[in-house]
Amino acid sequence: MAEAARDARIIRSRIGAWERFVRIWRYRELLVGMTRKELKVKYKNSVLGFAWSLVNPLLYLIVFYVAFQVILQSNTPAFPLFLLSGLLVWNLFSTGLSGATGSIVGNAGIVNKVAFPREILPLASVGAALVNFALQGIVFIAALAVVRWDVAWEYLPLVPLALIGVLLLAGALGILLSALNVYLRDTSHFLELALLAWFWMTPIVYPFMTIGGRDGWSSKVYMMNPVTPVVLVFQRAFYAKVDNDGIAILPDWSWGEYAGYLGLTFGVALVALTIGVSVFGRLEANFAEEL
Amino acid sequence: MGAAIEVRGVSKRFRLYHERYNSLKERMIHFGRTPFEEFWAVRDADFEVDQGATVGLLGHNGSGKSTLLKCIAGILQPTHGEIVTRGRLAALLELGAGFHPELTGRENIFMNGSILGLAKKDIAKVFDEIVAFAELERFIDMQVRHYSSGMYVRLGFAVAVNVDPDILLVDEVLAVGDEAFQRKCLERVAKFQKEGRTILFVTHAPDLVRRICDRAIVLDHGVTVMDSTPGEAVRSFREHLAHGETGLGVPEMTLATTVVATAAETGDAEPAPELSHGEKLAAKATHTVRITEVVIEHPGVDANRAYLLPDEAMTIRVRFKASEPTADTLFGIGINDIEGRQVFGTNTSIAGCEVPSVDGDGEVAFSFERVPVLDGTYMVSVAIMTSDEGTVYDWHEQRYQFEVMNPTRTVGTVAFPVAIQFSQQTD
Repeated sequence: MAEAARDARIIRSRIGAWERFVRIWRYRELLVGMTRKELKVKYKNSVLGFAWSLVNPLLYLIVFYVAFQVILQSNTPAFPLFLLSGLLVWNLFSTGLSGATGSIVGNAGIVNKVAFPREILPLASVGAALVNFALQGIVFIAALAVVRWDVAWEYLPLVPLALIGVLLLAGALGILLSALNVYLRDTSHFLELALLAWFWMTPIVYPFMTIGGRDGWSSKVYMMNPVTPVVLVFQRAFYAKVDNDGIAILPDWSWGEYAGYLGLTFGVALVALTIGVSVFGRLEANFAEEL
Repeated sequence: MGAAIEVRGVSKRFRLYHERYNSLKERMIHFGRTPFEEFWAVRDADFEVDQGATVGLLGHNGSGKSTLLKCIAGILQPTHGEIVTRGRLAALLELGAGFHPELTGRENIFMNGSILGLAKKDIAKVFDEIVAFAELERFIDMQVRHYSSGMYVRLGFAVAVNVDPDILLVDEVLAVGDEAFQRKCLERVAKFQKEGRTILFVTHAPDLVRRICDRAIVLDHGVTVMDSTPGEAVRSFREHLAHGETGLGVPEMTLATTVVATAAETGDAEPAPELSHGEKLAAKATHTVRITEVVIEHPGVDANRAYLLPDEAMTIRVRFKASEPTADTLFGIGINDIEGRQVFGTNTSIAGCEVPSVDGDGEVAFSFERVPVLDGTYMVSVAIMTSDEGTVYDWHEQRYQFEVMNPTRTVGTVAFPVAIQFSQQTD
């Protein structure tokens, strides 16, 4: 990167999308540094520090366990494992996206003073969420090992693919929304509500088959949610129970069908990335003035 | 190898919104009706800076010089045109160099270094030097938000000059910080010049341009009005000021105030700045005899020219009004340079001018046959008091100013009359 920084640099009003990707790639080392910074800032002045990233899903687990298993008497077996296998990856998506949305405004001090591809900032927020996810994932896998849970080995290779898909989606939407948030500061508030609705539109707390198993257009619309394939792959691989006493929980699809459904995530992510990068490029010119 | 910086037909347009609608709700209400004015901060800037050159961008406040620098730094994108920079570029824009307030000084150094394109191990190598240069050894593990603005600037400068930049962009920062740190910065700039690095810096202090630049570009309302030697550029800058709407010497005033203001904040535990001797006296003024007007005249100078050349004549007229007959009155003036050093001071008693009892309106004229200074803005203080200086009637501390412009390349402060003769012994 040192050599890259010494090359001629051209500054003009518009930079093509391809050139943008090249610039981000050149600054990949900075992305790692910014991700580290993101985590440091987040846990600075907090007593529990990184432990928070483990406490958070634990609290979710308690709340949903009480609400669904105790009060509503839903009968998903091994509910904690079911919930966590979807929730962790959802949290990766939602914290990554909401962090990214506020990233340009939150780093105004840097944006106003130093030049670097600004896309690094939303991407670093997603990166920070990924680090948290990895920590939680390790604990989750340890828990699976302790209870000797039968994971679906043949579906595990799909997990990295799903992970890439969700990172791409969060990064793409994050780039788009972070730029919009500079001009419309309530984007982040709006996003909070949208994410809440989105959460319930995704089969995390309840099994996919309760809605996705129905016939008709409502289930078709439901299946258009690009996060659903990712959550399903995680559930299919780790939770692994397709049904419980004849009541369907997860779709009884083959490996290929799950992979095909993941195509939806990648498709939406690539469209979002194209739109996001071009909108970001248009709006970026005036970031320093708006902040 | 091309020029270090190429600016090709760069223009930058800003939109000045009369009201800001920053939320979706507000934008919906005022949809498409956000009132704004367009305003070109920089228009058709076109120049090159060669490798190893030191170029000053001169201009008054709002001339677009900082905007242009931000474009070159890559922080703002030009509306038209393009800029090519070759080599690692470090920019020091206004206060601070882009620190995150929640991180410590140490963490910020690493983050800043990596933004500027240094690997972690390279930053580690210069880390101690940065801390020593910024004089922040004791505070380096403190969060930057607890830093004083002086500490902020010192750290910013220290990072920028220690990351081995090929091009250094500096915006006014040399005007802040205490005197010792300023000197250190200028020394470092001089070292960079020797090492053949490229420096582009923005200032409204002509003296600095004369001192360190090879070349200077003058901007006025976004338009390049001069691109020449420092001497020529400073002259053009002053002429533009004299004819411009900004008024004579206003930028210099700002410079002086910034220096004072930040110097006060620089110290880590320094007490509030003490009032100068003059300010204290001004506060005690009884106003029995008031200064009603002070006029600085340049007799024999074309009325359109707002500055003096060295050794030209000047008259300071002090008009006063006494509310009651007052015996034993003394009129004094003091002249200070822009850095606050007293250059000259006299009063009616020292000069042996008899002042009878004053009453009503009057005028005291201080006439100078020659003003033997070379260059700069000078501040004039005026005082009226009793001859034992025990009671102050009125005191205007550095409220007036005049400007002297040196058309030659002679350096220094005082216009010594000099004749040089050369002789050589030959066999």
